[in-house]
Amino acid sequence: MKNNTLNPEDTVLAVENLCVDFKVKGRLVHILSDISFVLGSGETLGIIGESGCGKSMTALALMRMVPSPPGWISAGRILMNDENLTQVSEKKMRTVRGRKISMIFQEPMTSLNPVYTIGNQIAETIRCHKNRSRSEALEEAVEMLRVVQIPAPERRVREYPHQLSGGMRQRVMIAMALACEPNVLIADEPTTALDVTVQAQIFDLLKEIQETRGTCIILITHDFGAVAEMADRVIVMYAGHKIEEGTVDEVRNDARHPYTQGLLRCMPEIQIDPKGEREPLPEIPGTVPDLLRGLKGCPFSPRCSFAISKCKELPPYLHLGCKRSVKCWLAREDTRLKEPA
Amino acid sequence: MTERILLSVADLKVHFKIQRSTMFGSRPTLYAVDGVSFDICRGQALGLVGESGCGKSTTGLALLRLVEPTEGKIYFDGIDLLSLEAGALRAMRKRMQIIFQDPYSSLNPRQTAGNIVRDPLDIQKVGSPSEREARVSELFSLVGLGERQKALFPHQFSGGQRQRICIARALALNPDLIVCDEPVSSLDVAIQAQILNLLCKLRDELDLTYLFISHDLAVVQHICDEIAVMYLGTIVEKTDCRKLFKNPRHPYTQALLAAVPSRSSFKKKAKRIRPQGDIPNPINRPPGCYYHTRCSYSKEECRMNKPELVEKYPGHWVACHF
Repeated sequence: MKNNTLNPEDTVLAVENLCVDFKVKGRLVHILSDISFVLGSGETLGIIGESGCGKSMTALALMRMVPSPPGWISAGRILMNDENLTQVSEKKMRTVRGRKISMIFQEPMTSLNPVYTIGNQIAETIRCHKNRSRSEALEEAVEMLRVVQIPAPERRVREYPHQLSGGMRQRVMIAMALACEPNVLIADEPTTALDVTVQAQIFDLLKEIQETRGTCIILITHDFGAVAEMADRVIVMYAGHKIEEGTVDEVRNDARHPYTQGLLRCMPEIQIDPKGEREPLPEIPGTVPDLLRGLKGCPFSPRCSFAISKCKELPPYLHLGCKRSVKCWLAREDTRLKEPA
Repeated sequence: MTERILLSVADLKVHFKIQRSTMFGSRPTLYAVDGVSFDICRGQALGLVGESGCGKSTTGLALLRLVEPTEGKIYFDGIDLLSLEAGALRAMRKRMQIIFQDPYSSLNPRQTAGNIVRDPLDIQKVGSPSEREARVSELFSLVGLGERQKALFPHQFSGGQRQRICIARALALNPDLIVCDEPVSSLDVAIQAQILNLLCKLRDELDLTYLFISHDLAVVQHICDEIAVMYLGTIVEKTDCRKLFKNPRHPYTQALLAAVPSRSSFKKKAKRIRPQGDIPNPINRPPGCYYHTRCSYSKEECRMNKPELVEKYPGHWVACHF
């Protein structure tokens, strides 16, 4: 683990009290509530949660790509180089996307244009941000394909997305995202559509690129294994709230929020030498709340086995040290919650 | 639990003729499953793992003759399934059912949940209408759904609940064997645990036999007794669950295990074996051992001869020259 104690100068991106609201059927729905985090240089931050918890929406908000209508950023600041990205003009924002912050999406087939060659698509990004001629941009595209370890890049650059396998397509997406050397790379479930062996290759590639270029990565995933593999710090999200933050080791070994504890316990993990009888997996009862219904108090309280009457109010963040916080009434600084009797 | 073989598959092959690429060219053959053999004992669960396109789902479908096998033998409780006529096969299907991967597309959106679960009973003409209705209620409570939910339509359920409906439907006829084709891979982790626990509980209560198809090794380890690893239509390693995870013998299995991201930090430092490149095309397979193109140990012999699946160690079958 690196960069546990960051200086303010090292901060690349700071998100403060970010809120995103949607208007659905005339009703106001809080999709993201009060999300804050900072990203240090060269750091990998994991965002983990179940589907619908707002992790992808956080990524879209950072890029100012919240679908509008029905949604908008209702409060908060996104600070990058002392500039508040929530306030800048759309024209200015276009110079940020791809150049300062870029994104890899989950489904590489749907995010590549099937009727253009991949070289064309990478060159387009380069020409948007840098003053390059067509042929110069194409040369740079070949270079990028080499960086992401695609064999025979001179030939591949003229191929179309359908001629590539899933892993190759994701490499092309990464090449495109990195073409203008962004400071922050957001990877939204980059390997969910891929097989495990290919996933491992993509992770190796991302790590290598991070080491050579010093890019910060925000890795959005539902797999804690992927976070443990890649990230330095992790944010756990539930129903649009950040409910816990800490380093990977802190969250893994010392989760303080009941949801984080439940989430970690209910994932089966490979045991190299299993002992004794198989026990049933510990479950989290119930399902994720429907944000349309409007939530009062702690969003996890209906499923929480520790819930007390105070949970009808929204708990504040309890800060447990440098970039370590929990949003739960019952969290204490010194001890973790005990299993219910 | 009796150690009796319920299902025996010998040299199963499923080949598809695919579209010709030129007008007068020959139709190329896609070797989806190419010589798969295994046995499942009553009350046991066999896990079939592999990456996408390795033929694991096709194997599951071929067992129920939902796709017709090209070659091979399937014995279910001593009966040769491939020789059965349509009527006899339909009667046989009472005893073998399937749960599909995607609970969104495998439920009819125009039928109520109750009707969906009742359908197999109607088709097989089991009992009187009132008995069928009682059986549906029984099944609903068995899989953890409420009596009232019988009247709801699939879109009113969440993914986990839909998978429960699929399980109830598969259980309706009291089958012996259930083919579970990636039953939890489209579900969220918290819901995944609920469904896995339900499947484990049902197996113990109803003495079911599972063929459990999955790409997730952690899930397979949790539920299965025996595991077969598939690669490009063939089984490359087959052994009991404990041996496979402790001592994987085939380089592909080793690579597969190493590729799974681990939560614990100690494994991180170990040197990783990474298979290079992608899975070869099942239409145009490499000669010799199918894995040699990606294998880091590959030698001259691997390019020439295809290794057979042999019992290299007691109870541990491996298809590798080394």
